[in-house]
Amino acid sequence: MTYRSRDLLALEPLTAAELSFLLDQSKSFQEIQRHPLKKLATLRGKTVALAFFENSTRTRISFGTAASRLGADSMNLQAEASSLKKGESLLDTVHTLDAMKPDCLVMRHAASGAAEFVARHLEIPVINAGDGTHEHPSQGLLDALTIRDRKRTIENLNITILGDIKHSRVARSNIHLLGKFGCRFTLCGPAMWVPRELEELGASVGTSIRRVFRIEEALEDADVVLALRVQSERLHEPALSLNDYVLLYQLSAERLKHAKADAIVLHPGPLNRGIEITPEVADSAQSCILEQVTNGIAVRMALLFLLMTRGEENAIGPSTETAQAPRNRRATDAKGETKSDANEVKDPTHAAR
Amino acid sequence: MLLVKNGRVLDPATKTDDILDVLLDGERIADVAAAGRITANGAEIFDATGMIVAPGFIDIHAHLREPGQENSETIETGTRSAARGGFTAVCCMPNTKPVNDNASVTRFILDRAKTAASIRVWPIGAASVGSKGEAIAEIAAMKQAGAVAVSDDGKPIATAKLARQVMDYCRSLDIPVIEHAEDVSLAVGAVMREGVTSTKLGLAGMPAAAESVCVARDVQLADLTGARLHIAHLSAKGSLEQVRAAKQRGLHVTCEVTPHHFTLIDEDVQYDSRYKMNPPLAARQDRDALLEGLADGTVDAIATDHAPHEPALKDVEFDRAPFGIVGFETALALSLEQLVHSGRIPLMRLVELFTTGPARVLGIERQLTKGQPADVTIFSMDRSWTYRVADSPSKSRNSPFDKRTFKGAVMATIVGGRVVYQQ
Repeated sequence: MTYRSRDLLALEPLTAAELSFLLDQSKSFQEIQRHPLKKLATLRGKTVALAFFENSTRTRISFGTAASRLGADSMNLQAEASSLKKGESLLDTVHTLDAMKPDCLVMRHAASGAAEFVARHLEIPVINAGDGTHEHPSQGLLDALTIRDRKRTIENLNITILGDIKHSRVARSNIHLLGKFGCRFTLCGPAMWVPRELEELGASVGTSIRRVFRIEEALEDADVVLALRVQSERLHEPALSLNDYVLLYQLSAERLKHAKADAIVLHPGPLNRGIEITPEVADSAQSCILEQVTNGIAVRMALLFLLMTRGEENAIGPSTETAQAPRNRRATDAKGETKSDANEVKDPTHAAR
Repeated sequence: MLLVKNGRVLDPATKTDDILDVLLDGERIADVAAAGRITANGAEIFDATGMIVAPGFIDIHAHLREPGQENSETIETGTRSAARGGFTAVCCMPNTKPVNDNASVTRFILDRAKTAASIRVWPIGAASVGSKGEAIAEIAAMKQAGAVAVSDDGKPIATAKLARQVMDYCRSLDIPVIEHAEDVSLAVGAVMREGVTSTKLGLAGMPAAAESVCVARDVQLADLTGARLHIAHLSAKGSLEQVRAAKQRGLHVTCEVTPHHFTLIDEDVQYDSRYKMNPPLAARQDRDALLEGLADGTVDAIATDHAPHEPALKDVEFDRAPFGIVGFETALALSLEQLVHSGRIPLMRLVELFTTGPARVLGIERQLTKGQPADVTIFSMDRSWTYRVADSPSKSRNSPFDKRTFKGAVMATIVGGRVVYQQ
């Protein structure tokens, strides 16, 4: 299996096989996070442009770290420092960035579809690091990787998502990814944050999505609980009191007992301790929150590696045993080995060292 | 003199459907008679064999952008585009800069039209000063200067109280009130129709009810005041049902539908700003209801809502792009494709939707008979052609129908006896 697209803009159009491939590719980079020396030279001499038109700390640092651990340089554009405030259009801004010749653009933007819009105008690969309320593909992948590590599978699980699902790009990417592996979704939150259309989305995703407004019922039989961040700026939109949210939907240890005994808890961060989740749950053995962060770097390394070495033979490793721990970190020379297709599985960890 | 020979004359006003010759003498139609019966020595001949000869098309809803937004369109470029679309008259909405909310702006538009326009330009005045929804505009003065209707188009008349005042006043002036029906509180931040597609795309949606809630308000006020109320670019089933019911009760309520609303649906929106307009593309069931309304007579007119925006304005994130698409040149072809070739309505009804329908809304006559204005639209039912927006005389390029191939095309547009466009 391969990943053929130039960009990663959304998980929705990807097949289960492509998604599995991306998760498998991330596997070897997970290993690296445990290694005392984490820096590779795979992307040495290449540059990743990080364009964050919307505030972000963790995703930006995660992508930046991923680039750096692959040996790439990065250039940073942050909304507050950018010329967008001076009235420059998004297109002009990214064309300017592009003229500095990065090899990949990682982009976050408050407008849904912004990454796709930009990708239509650029030749370099574009990775969507979150667009409005549409998708956050790398988050969906790192969530799936975390679930797969803990549950040994991502197939046919019961997933309960809590909170503001209407405005959540994380929820959408999770639904599009896990739905393709037969996972069933229960969405739970205040009715205005869980619109009816989300159920109908199930038909196009090919899975069952149901809305439940009582949290105890929503947690029943859950294998995975994804608690979303309550974005206080949204509280004003359909006016909702924070107290009401806590009263009805806060994920507490007591409520979590309704889920399966081995259920795990995910949260995309940053946490509002004591609002959508109690500290007790966030810090419990069921919580995977910090693993998600570590896996984020692995997933993003895999994505940068795949998209930035497309068609380059010197990035192709001799190993056909992908998704395995990178044994040959000290790398045999690729020369002399049978050249494999650029889209074939690569062993990224030795190349160009 | 111009003799249009041998065409199939379709005139909804007189229910004429026959092969006839039409003689135009300057501003007026001099004669209409069986083919070969008219002898007019020295007249120029237009051979319309195999073509449809109809009264001049009227577009009751368009934006010509002049004064103020001449980078997007001017009266000259807009009317040239309209002429290519077969329109002999176009009503231009008042949301220019400055807003056409007083007689001097109305006169400016008409003066510009006199020198620059290919076709007739009929300005629509603002209902409120600056279309701000606060004070009622100088409607009588604008009417005297030549305004044919009032509207705060782009947004609804802001409050029920003001809408009532405008309707009361317009009834006394015998001028229609055209309403952009939208409860803006239900549409804050929205960029498309709310539904499964907006949910999937993560784009903020406005529910169909944003329109029909406002239609409900306005129909009640039309009942209260007796005004002539016309609902612009109607897009929701719920709105259509209210217009249908209002007509059955004998109220003076009419409505128009745009070709893009009966051709496209919300599922077609894929972050492509050429699919962004207000009202947004509707759900499939709403679109189907519009097709029904076009067939059963509930809909009075097809209007383009031609809304040019210079390319730089549209080539941005979907959220930030302005609403609207150009529409003159594809209106007839889309209508033939969706309504006539598909067998949904007879050709006579189609002609009505472009001629007597909008005329009735404006309270004027439109027919192809002796003594009437020599405005004629000639089109072919089967001529195949491909729309290329790059070739348009319009200054803007925001069409989702670029490169679409059509069956049926405008062959000639005649205004005041003069051929202003010929294929």
